[in-house]
Amino acid sequence: MTEAPKQNIDKDWFLEHHLMMHRIRAFEETAARANDEKLVLGAIHLSIGQEAIASGVCKNLKREDFLLSTHRGHGHTLAKGADPLAMMLELLGRHGGICKGKGGSMHIADANVGMLGANGVVSANINIAAGAAHAIKLKQEKNISCCIFGDGAINRGPFLEGLNWSGVFDLPVLFICESNGFASTTRTDAMTSGEGAAARARSMGIKATEVDGNDIVAVDEITREYVANIRKGWGPHLILFKTYRLHGHTASDPASYRTNAEVEAAWKEDPIARCSELLLRVGVSKDTIDEHRNIALQEMQKVYKLAKEAPWPSVDLALADVQDSGDPREGAF
Amino acid sequence: MVKMTYAEAAKLALAEEMRRDPLVWAIGEDLGRGGVFGQYLGLLDEFGPERISDAPISESAIMGASVGAAMAGTRPVVEMRFADFALCAVDELINQAAKARYMLGGQVKVPMVIREPMGMWRSSAAQHSQSLESWYAHIPGLVVVVPSTPADNRGLLKTAIRSDDPVVYFEHKNIWGFEGEVAEDETLIPFGKGRLEREGDDITIVSWSAQMHVAGKAAALLQAQNISVELIDLRTLWPWDRQMVFDSVEKTGRLLITHESVSVGGFGAEIAATVSERLFSVLKAPVIRCAAPRVPISYAPPLEDKVRVSSKQIVEAAEKLVNTSSNDNR
Repeated sequence: MTEAPKQNIDKDWFLEHHLMMHRIRAFEETAARANDEKLVLGAIHLSIGQEAIASGVCKNLKREDFLLSTHRGHGHTLAKGADPLAMMLELLGRHGGICKGKGGSMHIADANVGMLGANGVVSANINIAAGAAHAIKLKQEKNISCCIFGDGAINRGPFLEGLNWSGVFDLPVLFICESNGFASTTRTDAMTSGEGAAARARSMGIKATEVDGNDIVAVDEITREYVANIRKGWGPHLILFKTYRLHGHTASDPASYRTNAEVEAAWKEDPIARCSELLLRVGVSKDTIDEHRNIALQEMQKVYKLAKEAPWPSVDLALADVQDSGDPREGAF
Repeated sequence: MVKMTYAEAAKLALAEEMRRDPLVWAIGEDLGRGGVFGQYLGLLDEFGPERISDAPISESAIMGASVGAAMAGTRPVVEMRFADFALCAVDELINQAAKARYMLGGQVKVPMVIREPMGMWRSSAAQHSQSLESWYAHIPGLVVVVPSTPADNRGLLKTAIRSDDPVVYFEHKNIWGFEGEVAEDETLIPFGKGRLEREGDDITIVSWSAQMHVAGKAAALLQAQNISVELIDLRTLWPWDRQMVFDSVEKTGRLLITHESVSVGGFGAEIAATVSERLFSVLKAPVIRCAAPRVPISYAPPLEDKVRVSSKQIVEAAEKLVNTSSNDNR
């Protein structure tokens, strides 16, 4: 894709996006390495190639806005403001993990920054996000709720139920469909009748659009516009971001169901490289741009080193956080 | 004391809690017109349509959105209309509500009450009659409540609404109109405390929900034969009042558990196993369950009654039990 030169962009803003995308990329590469070294204990799903959506969306949210994510949620969580060390400790199941070692990659969350959880069940986060928005409305608060899901999620019932619900109750919720082309290891378009998420949303009276999800400027602009609409009380909105999953479904999936040529072509649309080119064109020095990669790598190398050195969590935690009434620590189990 | 029905007692409890806490709200199909069984009648006028909220026929969204609304700081009371329909929202309840607190390492709680009208209600057939309470008792994270009287329905629903745990709250459809005395002041009933309905020496009978009334009739019939029954209403299945059951069985040496739900894998099996593990030496006879056969519930009354556990069955089983000595048991 060629794009028109964008002369009037806010350089500092997009430099921040550029660094965040590099941090997500470096986190995912580090997680992949940890997976190869058998230090990650369960399945992890990498978001390499989808960083512009995580950064572009989350930078337009406030700390108090809620975010619900998917099994492919590391990037979203990091971009919402979570600590990468606490996240890596969770992936390795170590003491200090952000969920105390109880959730792992697929349940990563940081309630302190409004991130209410990734989810191991495709589409389940949609109703939860609608409900968080419902609470905002009942409490007459000013924040919004944002739900990121993949294109595979739109063929489950909660997509219909949650979008209809948000429309019926006119809720402050932004739905983001990260359309990376694959539902697990099957091509989504082969399993989807009709024109997809945005068309389905429009059929329920929800304002929706489709945007290039590898173009950080486009992601940033449309998100800012839709978030502003939602904050004005204009009800639920949906954005479908077209992107491509550059790695397999899990970090252990070789993705042999697609050709190398297809993946190589997709790498030419790498959102980070496209952002770097944009920054060069508007006059940012190559050194500054290149330095972001180094900063991110150094940060995640340090994170990985600390995570590997961390001990296992205390065994007592296994019985904690279950429930107040009938707590298993009372011995009645 | 005031006389009111099981349904009125629940309505009173909800209204009191909604007055006390503006974050409590109710959501479900047809609530605005009072709910399918009239258990919300009049509440719309006092609390308005945002807090007594109608919902689309979207069980997955009713349950799932309530999970999100609970995580985000409100206290939803979720009406599932029939316990059978809650099965359309099993992921939202079991995978999400019950486990969110644990999976997220205690970062969030999910304070919600899931009201599930349960049980046989003449000629409602297999999709409107089930008693599935034992399923939920199996799930870590959930509280399971099964009240049998108006007083308990009021006191337990109030406790459920104030609880920070997700509470599956089973009200039995066949006793909505059952009348009983309810205290004039607010009485909260704690979870995990059974109610001794009747004291006795020869045999302990444990039950809950509408089956308590069947068991009560059986106990009276047994008394006429000079068999003295100690009758316990568990009121909540998780947590459940082990101590009350242990104390009673230590006295009587005999235990019969009766529930309307299917016997196989029912909560009676859990009680029987627990008592056998703990009190084997004091048991004078095997622990007996009087519960339904593993058969869907029929429409035609004679077929429906075939799977309903009657007072007569309980009486016969109890007679057999008290005539069993520990030697026969070996």
